[in-house]
Amino acid sequence: MTSKRNTWLMTTAIAAGLAFGAQAKDTGYIFVSSEKDNAISVLDGKSYELVKKIGTAARPRHLQFNPDRTLIYVAAGDGSAIDVIDVGKLELVDRIGEIDDPELFDLSPDGKIMYISLEDDAKLGILDLEAYFAGREEKPELTVAAPGEDDDDEDDDDDDDDEDEEAREDDDDDDDEMLPGMKTVEVGGEPEGVLANPDGKTVYVTSEVANIVHVVDTEALEITKNVVVGNRPRRFVMTPDGTELWVSNELSGSVSILDAKTYDILDTISFLPRGFRPEEVTPVGITMTDDGSTAIVGLGRANHVAFVDTKSREIEDYVLVGERAWNTTFNRDNSLLFVTNGLSDDISIIDVASRKVVKSVPVGRVPHTVLIDD
Amino acid sequence: MGRMLVWLLSAVLALGAAAAPVVAEDFTIGYLQLSKDSRYAKKRTYARLLLEPLGRPYSGARVAIDEVKFHGAAVGATFKVKRHKGKGALGLLEGVDKLSAEGVRFFVVDAPADVLSELAGATKGRDLLLFNITAREDRLRQDQCQEHLLHVIPSFAMLTDALVQYLITRKWREILVLEGTSDDDKKFAEAFARSARLYGAEIVETRPFVLSNDPRQRDQNNITLLTTGVDYDVVFVADTDGEFARDVPYQTARPRPVVGSEGLGAAAWHWAWERHGAPQLENRFQDRAKRPMRDIDWAAWMAVKAVAEAVQRTESKDFAVLRDYLRGPDLVLDGFKGNRLNFRPWNNQLRQPILLVTHNWVVERAPLKGFLHQTNNMDTLGFNENDSGCRF
Repeated sequence: MTSKRNTWLMTTAIAAGLAFGAQAKDTGYIFVSSEKDNAISVLDGKSYELVKKIGTAARPRHLQFNPDRTLIYVAAGDGSAIDVIDVGKLELVDRIGEIDDPELFDLSPDGKIMYISLEDDAKLGILDLEAYFAGREEKPELTVAAPGEDDDDEDDDDDDDDEDEEAREDDDDDDDEMLPGMKTVEVGGEPEGVLANPDGKTVYVTSEVANIVHVVDTEALEITKNVVVGNRPRRFVMTPDGTELWVSNELSGSVSILDAKTYDILDTISFLPRGFRPEEVTPVGITMTDDGSTAIVGLGRANHVAFVDTKSREIEDYVLVGERAWNTTFNRDNSLLFVTNGLSDDISIIDVASRKVVKSVPVGRVPHTVLIDD
Repeated sequence: MGRMLVWLLSAVLALGAAAAPVVAEDFTIGYLQLSKDSRYAKKRTYARLLLEPLGRPYSGARVAIDEVKFHGAAVGATFKVKRHKGKGALGLLEGVDKLSAEGVRFFVVDAPADVLSELAGATKGRDLLLFNITAREDRLRQDQCQEHLLHVIPSFAMLTDALVQYLITRKWREILVLEGTSDDDKKFAEAFARSARLYGAEIVETRPFVLSNDPRQRDQNNITLLTTGVDYDVVFVADTDGEFARDVPYQTARPRPVVGSEGLGAAAWHWAWERHGAPQLENRFQDRAKRPMRDIDWAAWMAVKAVAEAVQRTESKDFAVLRDYLRGPDLVLDGFKGNRLNFRPWNNQLRQPILLVTHNWVVERAPLKGFLHQTNNMDTLGFNENDSGCRF
């Protein structure tokens, strides 16, 4: 009874957004997901001291605010869930369960639809959040994974002997039951980066193993175009004017720039900080200033981030950060850039004007994404 | 035409997997294996030896086929694998002839070194490429190299270079070598000796062992006796069967770590590798094969991926175009080991990181920090252009 009531309340809260007086708090807090700590570290925005650790389902990776910044959605890969954190309360308040290994997702501009790359199923999941919260049987238990633990406890007791492989050559039995509100589109292997076009009709998905950017029509639920880009495409950013789509190619050490209308490849930028070899440069995270003038690319194993002038497409600077720099996030006025260093367990904070690292802050094990509520 | 294909492709996708894509032509990759192969005997796979197969690597090729369903889009091709089982090199040659007649030009070959070498000799000069996925013998990359034979599986030299880099890093420089009686054991030990020379490790003694319980041979079958009377930092066991090596850890006269065929080994792949997207590949493989992925499974997967990658990048089905691309410097393969991989032009060996593994963990990935090469650090592993004995 209580749980049903809670579900209802939560549904309303999420559906209505502001129903509970949940307002953007502009707390100044910095949220960092740690893949191996199974927690989101909350840091004070000025002192960078740890304020709180919010436990989540196992292996939290991508973080994203809802449009009014009252909630944070957390993709918890090994926990097979998208967790929901209340920014005002700094608490885990809900969970979208039974999503197999979510890594990245994006929200529609109105925050109602979540687009999730379902890596193991090679599908793009399109989840109508209202329909999910209204249609689910009950709110999942908000268990939190212990640090370092993997709470994916499905066991499917495989026997180990090697039967004849041919007997099961074409068994495609992954028609699991769908979540309420969930639709899927089949894409190439290991879908990774997801970006919802602000027009609300198109979503872009990279397939790491197919070297492809899929253009997906979200109404017709079909792929309208496949664009071959570099090797192991990872993340996207769109220019604020909506004309160009930038894609990072981890293994090619480059970024492909696509015309967002024709999907022709306009340019490819290859990165090579001084003293590195091409194979050591593995771009992943990519972001842009609000005015669209500068793109920032995290160069992974090359331990640098690159600043790129988006007009001339020239690389202006390489800034040395920590080990395996992936994701980068600007604060609201774009004066500071936060970089997660996955293999040195810290974040680097870059002063954008001088392009210098002003501080490195230790966070939990294997930091993935930073969000700033300023 | 291109637009038409895109439209057709979308239509096919929209219908899901239900409708068979009638438009796409098959691009078939041949897969050759011996009908009987003692390397996969039940008894051996059951033992789960550190570096030995857990089954035939064919599942690796099948996983790759699932991954490349978009790679042939530009040329309207769907990738397929066709398997042929034969007896000895002649039996495999029959497969090559039969599949060649159907237009197959790329062959993944699961065969031991001697069979492979014979097959490569018999197909020399023909318009085809063979991918070696199981034979680690250095001679296939040196004096027995062939222009149309590409090696996806690392050579013994690459594996022992990786291992010795690790020993040097740990400052375990004095090594007792235990060497088995088989030809492969000797080759493995030879490769280790070469690596030790190269990196400045010292082999204090090489002692032959035999797998037996004969008390008259106890100086060669009793591990305590085999490891006594001399000091060393570490024991290297060259036992490609792995049956003897299993007993070496915890039975040495001195409390020293064991490397080589037991303890810490070097391999192209290990199920516990958790970076560079490896768990996803491992999951896909385990879903299909119902067992962990071993290095030869990885090599079968990589070989099929290489062909598909070449088709995707060149947008061609022409053999010469694909062959040149595969053997050229522009190839970028994603082996899920972090680096971009391609084939060494001087001996057709796939350059790649090597994992240093225990039964349930990857301790390090070679090349190790500090081992540098003038052009590509992965070339600190195995034969270089200047010490290559291969002349195509």
